[in-house]
Parts: sequence; structure tokens; C-alpha cells
Amino acid sequence: MLTQKDLLGLEELTADEIKLILDTAGAMREVMTREIKKVPTLRGRVVVNLFYEPSTRTRASFELAAKYLSADTVNISAGSSSVVKGEGLLDTARTVSALGADVVVLRHRAAGAAAFLSRYVHAAVINAGDGMHEHPTQALLDLYTIRECKGKVQGLTVTFVGDILHSRVARSNIWGLSKLGAAVRVCGPATLLPPGLDRLGVQVFTSVDEAVAGADVIYVLRLQRERFVQGLLPGEEEYARLYGINEKRLARASDDAIVMHPGPLNRGVEIAAEVADGSRSVITEQVANGVAVRMACLYLLARREADDKLYH
Amino acid sequence: MTSFIIKKGTVVDPLREKVFPADVLVVGGRIAAIGPGLAGQKETTVINAEGCLVLPGLIDMHVHLREPGFEHKETIASGTRAALRGGFTAVCAMPNTRPVCDRAAVAGFVLDRARAAGNARVYPVGALSKGSEGKELAPFGEMRDAGVVAFSDDGRWLADAHLMRRAMEYAAMLDVPVISHCEDPALSAGGVMNEGFTATILGLRGMPAAAEEVAVARDILLAELTGCHLHVAHVSTAGAVRLIREAKARGVRVTAEVTPHHFTLTEEAVRGYDTNAKVNPPLRTAADVAALKEGLADGTIDVIATDHAPHSREEKETEFDAAPFGMVGLETAVGLVFTELVSPGVLTLPQAVAKMTVNPARILRLEAGVLAEGAVADITLVDPEREEVVEPERFASQGKNTAFGGWQLKGTPVGVMVGGRWFEVRPSGKRLPGKKR
Repeated sequence: MLTQKDLLGLEELTADEIKLILDTAGAMREVMTREIKKVPTLRGRVVVNLFYEPSTRTRASFELAAKYLSADTVNISAGSSSVVKGEGLLDTARTVSALGADVVVLRHRAAGAAAFLSRYVHAAVINAGDGMHEHPTQALLDLYTIRECKGKVQGLTVTFVGDILHSRVARSNIWGLSKLGAAVRVCGPATLLPPGLDRLGVQVFTSVDEAVAGADVIYVLRLQRERFVQGLLPGEEEYARLYGINEKRLARASDDAIVMHPGPLNRGVEIAAEVADGSRSVITEQVANGVAVRMACLYLLARREADDKLYH
Repeated sequence: MTSFIIKKGTVVDPLREKVFPADVLVVGGRIAAIGPGLAGQKETTVINAEGCLVLPGLIDMHVHLREPGFEHKETIASGTRAALRGGFTAVCAMPNTRPVCDRAAVAGFVLDRARAAGNARVYPVGALSKGSEGKELAPFGEMRDAGVVAFSDDGRWLADAHLMRRAMEYAAMLDVPVISHCEDPALSAGGVMNEGFTATILGLRGMPAAAEEVAVARDILLAELTGCHLHVAHVSTAGAVRLIREAKARGVRVTAEVTPHHFTLTEEAVRGYDTNAKVNPPLRTAADVAALKEGLADGTIDVIATDHAPHSREEKETEFDAAPFGMVGLETAVGLVFTELVSPGVLTLPQAVAKMTVNPARILRLEAGVLAEGAVADITLVDPEREEVVEPERFASQGKNTAFGGWQLKGTPVGVMVGGRWFEVRPSGKRLPGKKR
């Protein structure tokens, strides 16, 4: 059982709760291999996808996950609704709640938006990315993928390369990996490293060669082009030269190291095409596992809510 | 003539650093006598101050009254009522209203409204630049003649060093202090809290301490160049304290203030995305708080001022990034000063009182802040033993945006006198039941 109403971040979860979600995702993965990919588990439940930031992958993944579980889904995204009319998050949330949503999946540019929403709605809130804060379901699918490929998480060395400062994916993964006993390294240009990560037990590098050495997982983060105009980086070629993950750098990692990326990729910038499409890459597995992990999250939170209703 | 006698209280004289039992006789709005066993006339109103401290009227030199232009946040009437309830007999009104207080007409409006409200005194602060836009100097002379006591573009730093130099030269000529909101906007851009570990965890954009310190350093150098009296508003970092300490030792005319929230809270208060803890400058680290207390104790920081910044509930009830900066402070300041500074011995009682009376009065060239025979009867009564739980809903301020809701504070203002007008600001005798903080 999950102890909280919502899934706001991996900071709030215990190792056991994370393992429960991963184990549940394993069962969901099996559903996805069936010819008819549908179970009646969440029939009659309403899942609202509330997306204030553009997203193709995460939204599609949540929508499919809900549909495989037979939930009814509603998608509300910026550009297609009263979000554009200037209605605040609070009012939209109250509307969604009044409509009878059981689960609200929120993607928002402001850190803390999911936590804010959760205080005002009875529905379970799943954080699908809040600013630079957390993106828990991405980290859970990453943990699932690592566990699937490596058979374990404990004792592994996982290196994140890139824009750590702006990355909610890195933050959620740091919590999750640390709780499951992996050693976490982060590496990037000094301008893209947030202060204080060492206090979480993370090893911080600016040299990619050192950071990659002997690692079991190389996790390449997406580099947003706006970082150049913000004066944080000199340019794309410079970045590719210093931090781009290519075959040569990958060779310094452990022999059976895997390469991950949350997508979408900038081939030739943070990751060389031959690495992205190479045998070490598990990027497409991440996408497939994402649906299973989100099914698990929806199932566990909706079930928790059902239990709540039963006992109160 | 109306007369009062404040009996059996303990008078605090911040100038001579003395604390002694005495009665205070007020006749016709002025202090007629201070001494033991005074007696009034038959018609003299007796105020029983047993167990209370009798202080010079407290002055808060950094308040946002929001009127004109933002009356949904606060008005001059509600803000000055909040001042009285917080034990303040006078406040400085910052000029970032709409329109900005950048000319005599706006200052005159503020003074008229304050007079009509009849609560605490209001001293307007005028803008440094027209519209506080940092481009052209505002008319200092006409504003001074209208009653403006300092110049500031508070809320913004005057980033143009040349214009700041000229503003300081001009202000020095008029012998009016310049109050600087020290924040280099290029360094703090996009930030919503202190840059550091907590911001990293919360995924919020940080404002580095250097954004404040770069600005403090430049303004100190310009004060040195121009001979202008520079007053640094709301100091929040250890580095800024150090720069001011060094400048004072060098003989630069610089003074500084700190807010109760900056000497009490750290960036940890932002956890949970509490928008009431979103202030500018941001709440810093425990090391900064320690340095601020050190600065208070050694005199580097002259003044305690609240930076009272009321906002409406809707404005604060939102995502952290979207919420405006600021916290109300008038009605928690005395409790925080007594609980956080006097009680643990960071400051002696006269030292703490000086930072809210005689020191701001000197900086602003006001004839106020002391209890003396013949002086205007601005007096604050504080019960140092009375405990109170902070209940924002009871605030006289329209703004309920405090991070101290539910805190139990010891040291409560019970009455204030403004020029011989007496306001009882707490129900007498009754001590509110409290829960532990």
C-alpha cells in the first residue's frame, strides 16, 4: 500500500513503496503483451490529464495506461481550454474536482504545482513533471528499466550527464536511486550543476571521462537550446565536444553498461547517433516500460482511494 | 487640556541605555514629567502600566501601505491601524504605489489620507527616479518640502550607477538619506528563493547572496564618493553585513536595517512551497541568520524594520513561482524582537528598543524616538510577559500573508499613544490562551 493520497515525488516515497510500484508494473507489463490489452480494473474511474506544458510522450503514456485499465480519460491542455483564458490552476483544479475526477495527472511549469493542487482536490494527484522539481513516474520507469536490464538496482553506479540544474528527471532519479541503494554521479558544465547535491550523497563531476569511468548506467539528459541564449553555455558544438556521449566515452564505462535518455533526443548534441541507436541503448524500452509503470501508479492510487472510501 | 498619567510602568530609555520604574505624565500631547510617584489633576486619565514596559513610540521605517493604487492589498487606514496594533506610532510609507510617490502631489495625498485616518503617523518616502524606472531623477526638493523623509526606489535597485551617483549627490545636498534596495537584477533574475541546497531540492530558481552583496558594495562606494547618507534596506546575507561593517569602520555614512523574518527564519521555511515565505530578499541560511544577529549585536545593523508587504489572499494562494514577494510584519515585529532577540540575550532591552526608536529617528532626522520632558507624547506600552499566538485572521492589516501563523510569541504591545491620543490595542487584563509553537 502507498501511504499517501498522491504521487508528488520520489522524495516522499519509501524504498518499499518504490519497490511495490515496480513490482506492480511488472504485472502490468504482462497485460501489455496480451492480444487484447485491456483489463477492467479501473472501470468507472475518471482520470484527468491536466497538461500546462506541451508533452507528447508523457501524455500519451498516461492516456494509454488509463485506457488499458479501462478508466475514462479526459485531456485538458494549455491551448485547448480555459487555461488560455487565464483561469488559474486553483480554479481549474476545483472544476476538475467537481467533475468527479478520481485521479488528476498534472504537468506544470511551476515547481510545487502538484503539491499545491493536491491540497485543494480530493482526487489523487500524480505529478507528471513540475518545473525543475520532480518527475516521479519518469524516474520510476527508469528504475524499472534498470532493474529489468541489470536484475537489481542496489550497488550499481549510475551517471547522469548534462543539464542537471534544470532537470526534474535527475532530481527524481537521485531520490529513487539513492533509496534503492545505487551510487549516483552527476556530471555537467559548472553552469548547469545546482549547488548542494553532495549533501544528498551524490558525487559531482565536471569531467565526463571521470564521471563515466566504470559506470553501469549512463543516463544522458536532454539539452534545451534555450540554455545558450541564457548565457549558460557557449554553444552546441562546444557542448558536444565536452559532454556529448559517443562511442569513445562509452568505452570507459563498465563493459555491460546501458545508455538511457528521457527523450526527445538531440542526436549529435548530447548523444551521438551511433550510441542512441546502438546495442547498449535501452531508450525504446524506457518508453514501453513507461506505460506499465503509469498503469501501476494509477492502479495503486485509485485502489488506495477505494479503500479510503470503504473504511471512512 | 487632556492629560494622562501612565502609572507604575518600567520606562526604557534607549539613548542612555537605562531601564527604571517611573510614571509618565502627558499633558496636551507632550510629555510633562517622568518620575516616581507622579500625580495628575482630578481629570487626568490614569493608564495602569503595571508589569509593562513604557517605550518611546516605535517607528517602522520600512512599510508598504499600498495606497494609492493597490487598495485591495492594504490602505493607509488599515495599514496604520495595523501599525498601532503592532505597537508602532509611526511608519515610513514606501513609494512603490500606483502612481509611484515621485512628486509632492502623491506625498501630499499620502499625508492627507494618514491624517484623515488618525492612526499612526506616516512619513512618506519619495522615489529616487521618476516612476522608479531608473531613468531620470525625481524632484527631490519639492518632495522634501512636502514632508518626504528619505528617497528610495524600493522594490528595485537603481541599476544605473551614474544615475545613482547623481541621486546621492543631490540627496546629500538636501541632507536626506537614500534608502537602497540592494539587488542586482541581472544576478537575481528569475529567482524566487535563496540559491542553495533547499532551492536545488525544491526545483526553484535561486537568487544568490552575491546579487545583494554586489549591490551593497557598489552603493557603499558611491556613498563614499558622494558623502551621501546611504541606508541599506532589509539586509539578508552575511556578506552584506561584513561589507557594511567594513564601510562603517572606514567612516562611510552608511546605516542598515534587518527585518524580523530575516533574523528569525531560514530558507527552510519555503519547504512545502509556502508562498508566505516568498520574500525579497529571500530567506537565507542559518549562517546568514547568525551573521545578522551578530550585526545587530555589534551595531553594524542600526534598525529593525518590517518591510511590511501585504498581499491579497488570491495573490498568495497560487503556485510558488506566480506568487508575489512579501510578508506582512507590523503585527508580529514586537513579539519576534522580544522572543528571538531580547529573551535569548542577542540584544539588551535598550539596544532592541533603540533599533526601533531612536536609531530610525536619527537616520530620518525626526524629532522622535525618545521619552523626555517636553517631547511629543509618542509612547508604546509592551507587556514583556504576555504571550500571544499569532492569528492572522485577527490582524488589523488587510494582508494576512505571514509565515508566523500559529507561532507563540512572548512580548505583546498593549497600548500606544500618538501625540497624546491613547489607543488600547489589546483587551486589558486578559491573557490569551496559547498552544506551544
